[in-house]
Amino acid sequence: MSSEIRFTDFKSDKQPTWCPGCGDFGTMNGMMKALANTGNDPDNTFVVAGIGCSGKIGTYMHSYALHGVHGRALPVGAGVKLANPDLEVMVAGGDGDGYSIGAGHFVHAVRRNVDMTYVVMDNRIYGLTKGQASPTSREDFETSTTPDGPQQPPVNPMALALASGATFIAQSFSTDAQRHAEIVQKAIEHDGFGFVNVFSPCVTFNDVDTYDYFRDSLVDLAEEDHDPTDYDDAKDAILDGNKEYQGVIWQNEESVPYGEKHGVTEDMSQVDEGAPEGAMDLVREFY
Amino acid sequence: MPADFNWAIGGEAGDGIDSTGKIFAQALSRAGRHVFTSKDFASRIRGGYTAYKVRTAVDPVQSVVDRLDVLIALTPRTIEENLDELHEGSVIIYDGERTTMEDVEIPEGMIGLEVPLKRLAEEAGGAIMRNVVALGAACEVAEFPIENLDSALEKRFGSKGQQLVDNNKEAARKGQDYVDEEYDHEFDYDLETTDEDYVLLNGDEAIGMGAIAAGCKFYAGYPITPATDVMEYLTGRIENFGGHVVQAEDELSAINLALGAARAGARSMTATSGPGIDLMTETFGLVATSETPLVICDVMRSGPSTGMPTKQEQGDLDMLLYGGHGEIPRFVLAPTTISECFWKTVEAFNLAEKYQTPVYLTADLSLAVTEQTFSPEEFDMDEVEIDRGKVVDDDTISEWQNEKGQFKPHAITDDGVSPRAFPGTVDGAHMTTGLEHDELGRRTEDTDLRVEQVDKRNRKVETARSEEDWSPREFGDPDSENLVVSWGSNEGAMVEAIDLLEEEGVDVRFLSIPYMFPRFDLNEAFEDAEEVVVVECNATGQFADVVEHDTLTRVKRVNKYNGVRFKADELAEDIKQTLEA
Repeated sequence: MSSEIRFTDFKSDKQPTWCPGCGDFGTMNGMMKALANTGNDPDNTFVVAGIGCSGKIGTYMHSYALHGVHGRALPVGAGVKLANPDLEVMVAGGDGDGYSIGAGHFVHAVRRNVDMTYVVMDNRIYGLTKGQASPTSREDFETSTTPDGPQQPPVNPMALALASGATFIAQSFSTDAQRHAEIVQKAIEHDGFGFVNVFSPCVTFNDVDTYDYFRDSLVDLAEEDHDPTDYDDAKDAILDGNKEYQGVIWQNEESVPYGEKHGVTEDMSQVDEGAPEGAMDLVREFY
Repeated sequence: MPADFNWAIGGEAGDGIDSTGKIFAQALSRAGRHVFTSKDFASRIRGGYTAYKVRTAVDPVQSVVDRLDVLIALTPRTIEENLDELHEGSVIIYDGERTTMEDVEIPEGMIGLEVPLKRLAEEAGGAIMRNVVALGAACEVAEFPIENLDSALEKRFGSKGQQLVDNNKEAARKGQDYVDEEYDHEFDYDLETTDEDYVLLNGDEAIGMGAIAAGCKFYAGYPITPATDVMEYLTGRIENFGGHVVQAEDELSAINLALGAARAGARSMTATSGPGIDLMTETFGLVATSETPLVICDVMRSGPSTGMPTKQEQGDLDMLLYGGHGEIPRFVLAPTTISECFWKTVEAFNLAEKYQTPVYLTADLSLAVTEQTFSPEEFDMDEVEIDRGKVVDDDTISEWQNEKGQFKPHAITDDGVSPRAFPGTVDGAHMTTGLEHDELGRRTEDTDLRVEQVDKRNRKVETARSEEDWSPREFGDPDSENLVVSWGSNEGAMVEAIDLLEEEGVDVRFLSIPYMFPRFDLNEAFEDAEEVVVVECNATGQFADVVEHDTLTRVKRVNKYNGVRFKADELAEDIKQTLEA
């Protein structure tokens, strides 16, 4: 069946309510293309999202999906994947969702290395609450709640991921459709937790981190002398405060995903009609 | 000679109190005696007073009493802490050669047995076995055949080699011989043995065992006293049944992991204590609105905030019944005995899946950490029934699709229950969300759809009210005009209190309520009663309030909230006074 699957099969019949021109359209299209390209279909795909503009993605895609609470999509995704490893699990979040309220879960999801893909739609602003500073907003970025700018350095999500033991770190740009889909596809194909930070501009509230800004400043690692399997190369790119990169920045080829490491490889959805065979042994243990 | 025997070992945390007490309890259980244990522990790893108490009889025992017959005191404080339970003729075993015990004074009327525990242990192969020497001494005092202790030692140390087992047996005999040779005293105890084989387990273990029996495959939790034993029980066991345990980074993650697994079709559970429930409450609403079957276990301890983490209380009822913003249908089950911890866990999974509703399963610390003996038949796995509710598959899903072929996970039905399609089901791809949604699971703010979905979810409770059995457990005199009502672990003490009250000429009818929501209709029982007393371990009478609300009748209250469970004799006295007041 999968050979007949087109990326539009992952589209639902709901029209997105994202603002015209929002980067999230491109981010979502790339995710759908990557899913189709990797041979998935809507019935074996589970998409989890949290709150905010990014959280709406499950409504606009056609797949099994859960729209959860703010910042907690990653543990839901891990639960889905561990309970049924046959499913392709994709978690979507925003910069607030992933690096602020969900920062704790992010660090531990990275450590846990469950075989799923995490796409963060990073627009460096809180959009759905109408324009407040996010954890990736620039230090001097003026917003309704930070009239002088946050006056705190932005979170470097990739550094956070690397320090937490990430096995796959990539960054892409939503409007660079071909490249973005290709990067997400690599994340899906990675054995373990595939993390992609996507620059997904907010055309309504962020007049600094715009399409033009990223077009002018993004450096594609595919055109540089960058080896994503080289830890030092990855570290240098991630800690380089002067450049914004797109591409696969780090991939640990030795990655063993959680399920394989812990022997969690069977679908858990089936249950015996009564207590499982051998259950009486559990009682005998208490003699 | 009294029918039951009460024994304790006390000292500092780190003295091996817990494992020693458990060995003695197992020895008694293996000798065909009933056992009920209780623990007195502080929230620290080393130091501080800690004790393990064992009550044992040939007949079933299900509570503690205010009496201590034999005490192994490793510190002087152990004697002070238990003064009110020690009585004339109580035996205190202690090591007079231990520096802190040199000048210890045995209270008047009691029998002090000075046994050089450490020295004898060293003779048997190592000072670490001094507690086992004390156990041997206790066997001699109670005329309890030491072979039963051997059997418990084999169970405890068998995996560590025969030499260690032999050394421990030797240590026990040294304690036994020392008392036999040095003390020329006929003690007033003679622990009879029987041919029965009992199992000895605590409530947390019973919950874990119930989960596996019910086909639970996924557990996520964060360590917290007194719920951690559930996770520790499942770890290393659930794998044998195709399941897995995840230790999450916090309770927020734990419940979301469990939610994810449940959405994928696994029977899934998390367990925590009050502070963890606070954190999980955010996601609890999502579980209910997305109609995900999930069992959330709350092992209550003293609150609020961090309160007294190692002490008993039943203070979370309001939170379980009403916690969370908005209005959320839920079931709240509260097992009343350790074996009910097993059966209610099984039931919780069935209710969760039949009604696609979160189920709170609440035990209290006294149920969770104390151990009790049962016949193995009490946990007859053949009696376990599994009901997964309305699950549709590739063949049946078309019955639940709209004209466009879209699956309706939140279809409006007469009984309030919609179909479930596990991910992977062909043509079942669907959305679910904590936002109000239509039948397809898609967000809506349509006023009519809102009302339809709220009514649909609430209808599940009405369906469950009529289809399930919410009966209480009944004890005492069914015709008595004195009605006592309680919930949770108080049942054991109350059942014994009934006999004590009867001796005083007071008859009572006792209803032990295992379902907090939905609840048994108490109105009829109230009509037959002259006096009603509600017994619970909290200060404000949370369940009494609920009962008054249900019946529009004032009740009398017996509340205990000092962190200690009800004792049978104390409770009998409280009830008597309350009825007379």
